[in-house]
Amino acid sequence: MSTGIGARVQRKEDRRLLHGQAKFVGDLKFPKLWEAAYVRSPIAHGRIRSVQKPSAYSSQVFIADDLHDVLPIRAESSLPGYKPSDFHSLARDKVRYVGECIAICIAPTRAEAEDIAEQVILDIDPLPAVIDALKAREPQSELLHEDWGDNLFVETSFEGDIETAKRDATVVIEREYKTARQCMNPMEGKGTLSYWDERSNQLVVYTSTQVPHLIRTGISEFLQMDQGQVRVIAPDVGGGFGYKCVLQPEELTVSWVAKKTGRPIRWTEDRREHLVAGANTRQHHYKITAYADNNGKLLGLDADITVDVGAYSVWPFTACLEAAQAGGNLPGPYDIKGYRCNTYSVATNKPSFTPYRGVARPGVCFAMELTIDAIARAVGREPADVRKENLIAGSLMPYTTVTGKFYDSGDYPDSVVQAEKAVNLKGFRIRQAKARKEGRSLGIGFSTFTEQSAHGTKVFAAWGLPLVPGYEQAMVKLTPSGSVEVRSGNHSFGQGLETTIAQMASEWLTVDIKSINVVMGDTGMTPYSTGAYASRGMVMAGGAVSKAAEALSGRIKIHAAHLLQCEPTDIQLKNARAYNGHASVSFSSIAKAWYLRPDQLPDDVDTAGLEVTEGYKPDIDTGVFTYATHAAIVEVDKDTGKVDVQDYVVFEDCGKRVNPLILEGQTYGGAAQGIGTALFEEALYDANGQPLTSTLADYILPGPAELPHFRLSHKETLSPYTRHGIKGVGEGAAIAPGGAILNAINDALQPQKIEINELPATPHKILSALLAGAEAEREIT
Amino acid sequence: MKPVAFELCISADIASAAGILSQNDGDTKIIAGGQSLGPMLNLRLARPDRLVDVAQTPALRKITQTQAFVAFGAATRHAEIEDGKTPDPSCGMMPYVASGIAYRAIRNKGTLGGSLCHADPAADWVTAMTALNATLIITSVGKDTRKTPMVEFMQGAYRTTLEPGEILTSVLVPKYSDKTVWGYYKICRKVGEFADAIVAWVADPTKQYSRIVLGAGSGAPLVLNHLAKELAQTGNIPTLDIIKAELKLHSPDLDQVKNHLFAIALQRCVKGALANE
Ligand SMILES: Cc1cc2nc3c(=O)[nH]c(=O)nc-3n(C[C@H](O)[C@H](O)[C@H](O)COP(=O)(O)OP(=O)(O)OC[C@H]3O[C@@H](n4cnc5c(N)ncnc54)[C@H](O)[C@@H]3O)c2cc1C
Repeated sequence: MSTGIGARVQRKEDRRLLHGQAKFVGDLKFPKLWEAAYVRSPIAHGRIRSVQKPSAYSSQVFIADDLHDVLPIRAESSLPGYKPSDFHSLARDKVRYVGECIAICIAPTRAEAEDIAEQVILDIDPLPAVIDALKAREPQSELLHEDWGDNLFVETSFEGDIETAKRDATVVIEREYKTARQCMNPMEGKGTLSYWDERSNQLVVYTSTQVPHLIRTGISEFLQMDQGQVRVIAPDVGGGFGYKCVLQPEELTVSWVAKKTGRPIRWTEDRREHLVAGANTRQHHYKITAYADNNGKLLGLDADITVDVGAYSVWPFTACLEAAQAGGNLPGPYDIKGYRCNTYSVATNKPSFTPYRGVARPGVCFAMELTIDAIARAVGREPADVRKENLIAGSLMPYTTVTGKFYDSGDYPDSVVQAEKAVNLKGFRIRQAKARKEGRSLGIGFSTFTEQSAHGTKVFAAWGLPLVPGYEQAMVKLTPSGSVEVRSGNHSFGQGLETTIAQMASEWLTVDIKSINVVMGDTGMTPYSTGAYASRGMVMAGGAVSKAAEALSGRIKIHAAHLLQCEPTDIQLKNARAYNGHASVSFSSIAKAWYLRPDQLPDDVDTAGLEVTEGYKPDIDTGVFTYATHAAIVEVDKDTGKVDVQDYVVFEDCGKRVNPLILEGQTYGGAAQGIGTALFEEALYDANGQPLTSTLADYILPGPAELPHFRLSHKETLSPYTRHGIKGVGEGAAIAPGGAILNAINDALQPQKIEINELPATPHKILSALLAGAEAEREIT
Repeated sequence: MKPVAFELCISADIASAAGILSQNDGDTKIIAGGQSLGPMLNLRLARPDRLVDVAQTPALRKITQTQAFVAFGAATRHAEIEDGKTPDPSCGMMPYVASGIAYRAIRNKGTLGGSLCHADPAADWVTAMTALNATLIITSVGKDTRKTPMVEFMQGAYRTTLEPGEILTSVLVPKYSDKTVWGYYKICRKVGEFADAIVAWVADPTKQYSRIVLGAGSGAPLVLNHLAKELAQTGNIPTLDIIKAELKLHSPDLDQVKNHLFAIALQRCVKGALANE
């Protein structure tokens, strides 16, 4: 059986992951290893008067004053008016969110380190906390960064023609939408272990990251070291979702202390630290006016988007990425001519915004999809029909959106047709009417989106980020025993890349993936890569491996041709053998000849060898677009406000599917996270900026019993611009559920005239709306 | 999230456990399943100098019965009750309640006694044991063993009549006849999480017994005698308005949503009970 592109093979990495034999940062053992605990800010906003080390442990505690040779984390952007923040890895002068690191304490065990941390005395003058991003924009607001004069990292505006739409519209829809602040909750929290290696004269940093090469750059920049003196190794990583694609202050302080003390030091994030200091994503506010005609054709969209960025800018993705993505992607898969949008990236006393699976799109898709349904209700039409008519038709591909996104291929309305068929929309409407007569509230919701994947140079360069991703490199080698080794600087952190890039090599080399060893995540052993984010792994790292493997297959053919006494063009590769007609030679014989018996090869042998490093970049670097429609059927229990997701369908087109099994897993996982966003997850704060959801008893994640049986189907429209026609797909499924489920809830509650426009739709919110509605009804009658 | 250093004593019998508890050098706490105390230790909300582990203490693991009662050792685990490894005086209610507590991993360790002593208002046993009119047996050094009915034991959120040095040794549950009708309904956001509203109803005509109990409020479970009596007499499911009016009498501060959830849970509890009859 082929294990190449398209093969439904099980994941190579699961053997160790499922047998408890994986090696995460927390599993590492080193002689003399000490553990770190942080003293974190107990208040959201305040001026630090003093930080006092316990005298008995002064050599085991480090504060901002000790770190004078460490630069603050600062991520610049070239967007006009952008204000970068100085994020000190240990707070200096001010604290700006609960959980901000103030001191690092080290001891033989974590418990002892926590004992010491308790004895550090903080004297902090509290300041009023800035918690609401809308209020933070008002002139009288307290300021986080006084020298800015306001609380805006950046403000952008896109001024398209909205006047024509305003003039022609017969339907005007105005809405406010809100999405909650969330934590990404990878199963393995963040972890970092550093030590100074005398022999290599290097700081070795084991860290749970998606982007080892970037972290190497970050550490060397802010610790002011030569990059040659830093080696970053990401061992097994238990989920990332974006949380692990930025430089964290702990990575700097642990490294600094390790260098300073000459001792291996490890910090392992615990769940409470994650829920407090890692509540850093998803929080948006939308004010939208949509203009449409009597048929529901969308003529224009006028939007104000406010992103609650938190206290500082993360490195390297800055504080502007989220809002820039939101403003650029709000029109999404729709054919819109009139568009105007302002975005505000607002500083608040919360942890620093970090891009999470789907980056901005779960928010914009939610806002857009609810708007489409609101328009459909206003014109009295089936939302799926209105949606289909507004989506960009296949005949218009490729299509450049009003914001300049270049959609490479696909048929967006068809994805709605397919999803409609899968849920049997007509049949559902009959069931729904019957259920309503029995007093039950069933509803259906659709949600369509595009997922910009593998976007590279141009997009990032336009924002002027500290780092702009371009190409990707990979090394593929035939070993002396005829097996294959693949090296990539990208990383596998649960999304299956270790298997799928092996499949790319297998495709060209016909070697079973069992005999393909994949090395990733170690800057000392892999070619440079900016890493795993933005659904770029399969397209970029996969493309690079494919290109290198193709080149290697050519070299194998040269030597095989000599051994078989024919021309390289006569050679066919099959099952790890090179064939010329019936005559064949195994890869191991070819490799042996090359490595150990050069006497078998001609004198003028091509010395390029059986080891190839190739770089790859798609034909366009504006990204390739996967798209999908999700459809949900829910029943709302009007007595409790609980939502039961009864059916959930995903129809997706991500171009070539390299491994359908892994793709399905990605879709299940993404959709499950999206359901968390839709119905459960919210990081809450009180008026003083104290987090109210600091354990998993308060921050509710969906479990297996809360998830529906997902039903998936696919289509493959190959991208004309990438190797094998692949498009990225890792983030997609997390984007749509908010829209699909809330549309379904609002459909179910139409007789009650209730619309929920806020995520998550908790039972409490739904029940409150129902009870308020009933109360109002009673007052009228 | 690591506890402060403590000394761990595994106690072989009640006397030695009580003995250690009565020492007055530092703060000593009992640990049974550790499923409530564990998180408190890790969050450093509990900072004992010493823990007395009673999870394996034979006397607390023993189950005995008389004509009228089953006496559950305080260290009987939720999972043992769920799996029917213990005698059932409650016509199926106790195994049902046990099966809905948290997740299996927690039920494998968590104990009946630990849950009652922890006295979380949203815990299942505090409501179920109040509905089943259980009696608690409590012992300590130098004092007589005392008995206290569950309705008097819990004083408020995380507050009981347990004095320092006292150990809950067993829980006496009256045996109910096969004529018994019971219902138990929880509203929770997620399987395995603590409830937003719990209602239990137990009625045994042979004992002229009918009790409705509401859990997951702000304090000890709420006993609604008036409604229970009417229900036993008429068998009619009370209307939402009647329930809400009754609730207003007992807890005037309840917000509208919580009030509604209790009323719905009560109706569903009774409906379920009558349907099973
Ligand atoms: C994620 C999670 C979800 C949960 N969900 C639920 C739920 O839905 N419903 C529910 O009811 N419970 C739930 N629980 C709590 C669980 O049932 C606990 O097992 C129970 O509350 C405590 O029992 P324990 O034996 O673990 O007690 P421990 O944690 O060992 O002790 C709890 C307290 O009781 C004291 N104590 C224990 N035994 C005695 C004794 N014999 N005499 C005197 N004092 C004693 C201890 O000193 C301590 O203060 C949940 C727990 C977790 C972690």
